[in-house]
Amino acid sequence: MRVSRWLADRWVMIVALLVLGYLFLPIAVVAGLSLNRPSSRLSYDFNEFTLDNWRQPCATPEMCDAVVRSVQIGFLATVGSTVIGTLMAFALVRHRFRGRGGINLLIFLPMATPELVLGTSLLALFVSAGVPQGFWTVVIAHVMFCVSFVVVTVKARLAGMDRRLEEAAMDLYASEWQTFRRITLPLVLPGIVAAALLAFSLSFDDFIVTNFNAGTTVTFPMYVWGAAQRGIPPQVNVIGTAMFGIALLLVGLSTLRGRRARRAALPVADAPGRRATGPS
Amino acid sequence: MTALAQLGSGTPATGSPPPARPGRHRLLPYLLLLPGAAWLVLFFVVPLAQLAAASLYDPTGSLSTGYVLTWAFGNYPEALQAYAPQFARSFGYAGAALVLALLLGYPLAYAIAQKAGRWKNLLLVCVVAPMFTSFLVRTLAWKTILSDNGVLVGLLRDVHLLGPDGRLLATPVAVVLGLTYNFLPFLVLPLYASLERLDHRLLEAAGDLYAGPLHAFRTVTLPLSMPGLIAGTLLFFIPATGDYINAELLGTPNEYMIGNVIDSAFLVRLDYPQGAALSFLLMAAILAVVFVYLRRAGTEDVL
Repeated sequence: MRVSRWLADRWVMIVALLVLGYLFLPIAVVAGLSLNRPSSRLSYDFNEFTLDNWRQPCATPEMCDAVVRSVQIGFLATVGSTVIGTLMAFALVRHRFRGRGGINLLIFLPMATPELVLGTSLLALFVSAGVPQGFWTVVIAHVMFCVSFVVVTVKARLAGMDRRLEEAAMDLYASEWQTFRRITLPLVLPGIVAAALLAFSLSFDDFIVTNFNAGTTVTFPMYVWGAAQRGIPPQVNVIGTAMFGIALLLVGLSTLRGRRARRAALPVADAPGRRATGPS
Repeated sequence: MTALAQLGSGTPATGSPPPARPGRHRLLPYLLLLPGAAWLVLFFVVPLAQLAAASLYDPTGSLSTGYVLTWAFGNYPEALQAYAPQFARSFGYAGAALVLALLLGYPLAYAIAQKAGRWKNLLLVCVVAPMFTSFLVRTLAWKTILSDNGVLVGLLRDVHLLGPDGRLLATPVAVVLGLTYNFLPFLVLPLYASLERLDHRLLEAAGDLYAGPLHAFRTVTLPLSMPGLIAGTLLFFIPATGDYINAELLGTPNEYMIGNVIDSAFLVRLDYPQGAALSFLLMAAILAVVFVYLRRAGTEDVL
């Protein structure tokens, strides 16, 4: 009787934890396989424990080349999409102009279009325009599908901002530029950083659009795709595990920083004349 | 579509922008918009037009001899006829995966939003964290989990849910499981955003008025989570229908979806008119499903 009460109260949480377990199962397998010496190139089963894959992550040089290329493309796509997306977000939240509906549609549609169609349509364009496909066509494509996500993310942060802080700065004779540099930018920065991280992860992990526009350029996902037919080197799992670890580390650090900043801000929150410098 | 458009922002559409100071900065918004809008027009809108043109090329042309635009509308019925099974599979697998994902994702989103207390943020990170590992590497991990020599298949054979030679890998089940897994966070996040705003006192009120848990769920929780549910299902369904990585890595050519066909049309067979026609058919079919779904979901909301 008591057990059933307990279950009735908590079954949702229990189901949720089971689902989280399901979400993490493949990650555990990836981490496990990174410590595995496969019995053959095409085997996906556990065989023998080894640290060799972590000691020599670049035993297959093509794989490491692909990782480096993915980082380069991710970096360029992130910078490009974050800059032009942030400008768009400012225009949309801070300004009144004709054609807002059209612009919103232009930003929304790429997110609702299947990646497959984004990829094939760019391929059709590049081929008919005679543009040779390679590194730069991939960068162009990645900037294109990242922009919308940047706009949405930065917009959310901007819309939630207290405009009175800027008005206060202007009242205190700050010039427009000073207000932007000292008030607006620091307050929006967390949104821009979040957008940049999102753009990088979208770019780094993209396969479908890249596959149609890369020519002979090989990114990390494309390397894995090609290797799946020929046999996967176990180091692929090292990269997968490392990516997971780095991302978790970043999340952990930003949470800690946020918590510390909030604690530091609390005692002086009501102090008069405090300059708003750091992100809240 | 607004439900989807709001997604990611987690907040409802913002109110009207502040009035511009008259006379000043009249050109500024356009200058701010110019680079982004130009990029999207040049590399999203123009390519779509080019794809539309390519779908109407004379199908007897080839990449080496050049294509001629002959308004060959016959490409469409031809492509549909040739690949109807793959089309059906795309929607069938994505639909089955969606049902599974709802069964798994709704309790997860609900628990995080309403029951997790101070663990909320940590659990939310746990939903997103698996996505940090590369999509393809994750999918390959399923190959290990579902392998014929694996623990799972052994277990299912022991309890006779699978025959002695039964397999999971290289079956439709594996592809549906892969789709469910890979796109589940897209469903959970918007659903969470909706459920998080749900006022718990409404459920208490329902209980005070003698509604059972099931009745309260149907009349309070479910309707109030509708915006998140709609956005989440769309964010799940659209990429799942167009996906071909799961079918390629976890299935066989018997499980190929329309994406596999389009990939090979463009990159292997170099039959651009057919590939373009199939791409447009996919987009039209998805838009049709989304549109019908939004209208039905919308009217139910009103009732």
